[in-house]
Amino acid sequence: MAIIGGSGVNRGMVSTDIADAGRHQVAGRLGAAERRFRRLAAGAALVVVLIFIGAFASLLRGAWPALHEFGVPFLWAEKWNPVTGRFGALAPIAGTLITSTLAMLIAVPVGLGIAIFLTEVCPRPLRRPIGIAIELLAAIPSIIYGIWGLFVFAPYFQAHGQQTLIDLFANVPVLQVLFAGPPYGIGMFTASLILSIMILPFISAISRDVFATVPAALKESAYSLGCTKWEVISSVVLPFARIGVVGGAMLALGRALGETMAVTFVIGNAHHLQSSLFAPGTTISATIANEFTEADSALYLSSLVALGLILFAITFIVLAAAQIMLYRLERRAGGRTQ
Amino acid sequence: MNKARYRNRKAYGGFFLLLCVAAAAFGLGWLVFILWDLILNGIQGFSAKALTTSTPPPGSSGGLANAILGSVMMSGLAVLVGTPIGILAGTYLAEYGRRGAFAFVVRFVNDILLSAPSIVIGLFVYELTVFQVGHFSAWAGSIALAIIVIPVVVRTTENMLLLVPNTLREAAASLGAPRNLLVRSVTWRAARAGIITGVLFAVARISGETAPLLFTSLNNQFWSTDLNAPIASLPVVIFQFAMSPYEDWHTLAWVGALLVTMTVLALSIIARVFESRRHTS
Repeated sequence: MAIIGGSGVNRGMVSTDIADAGRHQVAGRLGAAERRFRRLAAGAALVVVLIFIGAFASLLRGAWPALHEFGVPFLWAEKWNPVTGRFGALAPIAGTLITSTLAMLIAVPVGLGIAIFLTEVCPRPLRRPIGIAIELLAAIPSIIYGIWGLFVFAPYFQAHGQQTLIDLFANVPVLQVLFAGPPYGIGMFTASLILSIMILPFISAISRDVFATVPAALKESAYSLGCTKWEVISSVVLPFARIGVVGGAMLALGRALGETMAVTFVIGNAHHLQSSLFAPGTTISATIANEFTEADSALYLSSLVALGLILFAITFIVLAAAQIMLYRLERRAGGRTQ
Repeated sequence: MNKARYRNRKAYGGFFLLLCVAAAAFGLGWLVFILWDLILNGIQGFSAKALTTSTPPPGSSGGLANAILGSVMMSGLAVLVGTPIGILAGTYLAEYGRRGAFAFVVRFVNDILLSAPSIVIGLFVYELTVFQVGHFSAWAGSIALAIIVIPVVVRTTENMLLLVPNTLREAAASLGAPRNLLVRSVTWRAARAGIITGVLFAVARISGETAPLLFTSLNNQFWSTDLNAPIASLPVVIFQFAMSPYEDWHTLAWVGALLVTMTVLALSIIARVFESRRHTS
């Protein structure tokens, strides 16, 4: 029992008793407040997990009638016929995978190029403004890409790009099949191209951050051995940043797979598979966006929800893989990179 | 050293660096291309009437007032609901559960939700609300948007709190401050600019979200402030009008697109300025 304040012995004893009781009271109050706050914060954290579990559970419940009716073959059945009530997910799944793959083929090299430009080539004062401008590409909402793609890009591409490509590849074995048919403007290829612009900033931003973690000593030692700038980039920076770049690319792929509005505008919404990339097609998200409010039977609605469930599952796998890679990278770098 | 060979190596590398410059030009080119077309097409239909009257039936003139109102209302509600949850959850991750298993799960799930397809969120909220009560509503739209706000705020809050030096926490703790007082009056304050940045990014993100609203708030041709009824929003109106065959609807869609983009870009740039001020101070 410590004596604080108080000049006389008697007064001191009395006041410590009171102070002690008061202190207990205050400590009790503070402790209760602390427990309340902690529970509140933990509860909020729990909400995040519940949202995730709830989303999976409710999609599963909504998709159940369709999954029960069609079974696993739902995944590869091609027929999508609301009139007869036969639904199969092949065309949307294939469309999603094709457009995303094509978008990645364009966006990964270009995004890496931008990241290299921003970290190694660009004059220092311009790095920030150009970096921000590239990132604004990710800030522009998907619907804006959609309306622009439909009214501006597709007609332009139809008039100036497609026929040229069709003629160019007319006699090349595989490509003549991929780039064939009448130039509609809209279609799988246009959707992929617009997707690639949308995911470009994710790849370039993460790659740039990872490049910045390459130790200067590593680069300097390569320079001191007489490496040219490009040799330093290709044999020191890129190998060092490999995991981060792959993680960033997977994150971008996750975005591309689920991208909805931009694709819905320009893909043409055709439920059959065609060999030409210029032909209209559909993706999972575009199918849901287009048909959900028109779905007139429970089975139709349920089939669309089942598509959503499949999309959620695919993106979950891709994003989880991306996260695991990026976490590993963070542990190595000893801090969060973002 | 072989000079000619070195020259060759330099030229080879120079070619690839040139490709990198071209890549940057490619990216910037699209940005300019898109913004230019947006301004060009959006300005044409821009008028006081476009901001003050409600969406017209085909063939007559009107504006976007009800859609602007709907967007502002739903975004506002979403931020009101999502921000406190997001900040508290982010605080839990940074201050209480840095290494725990529960925190790891929350962090992992949050990072997945951050990039999860927004149309799936729309389907989830449809199943959760619309399907249960039997009608579309502004509430449902707000919930869907709030679910998009939360992960963004969680992520930035945690990142910003982790940047607060531990010596500040130790100083507060040595004065006898309990954890929650420490968090509320020291670390939240120190990270304030960063947390606000996160909220701004979240608002920017939801102002253009369309997919989660398509089957939650749906659309409404008329001026409505009823949270239990379907409500118009800019992105959904843009979608509906752009896909329609009517010329004057197209014009209005462009006006809406310009409005949305300017809002989003302004928010993103303000957020970035906030962020850079934190870095320099």
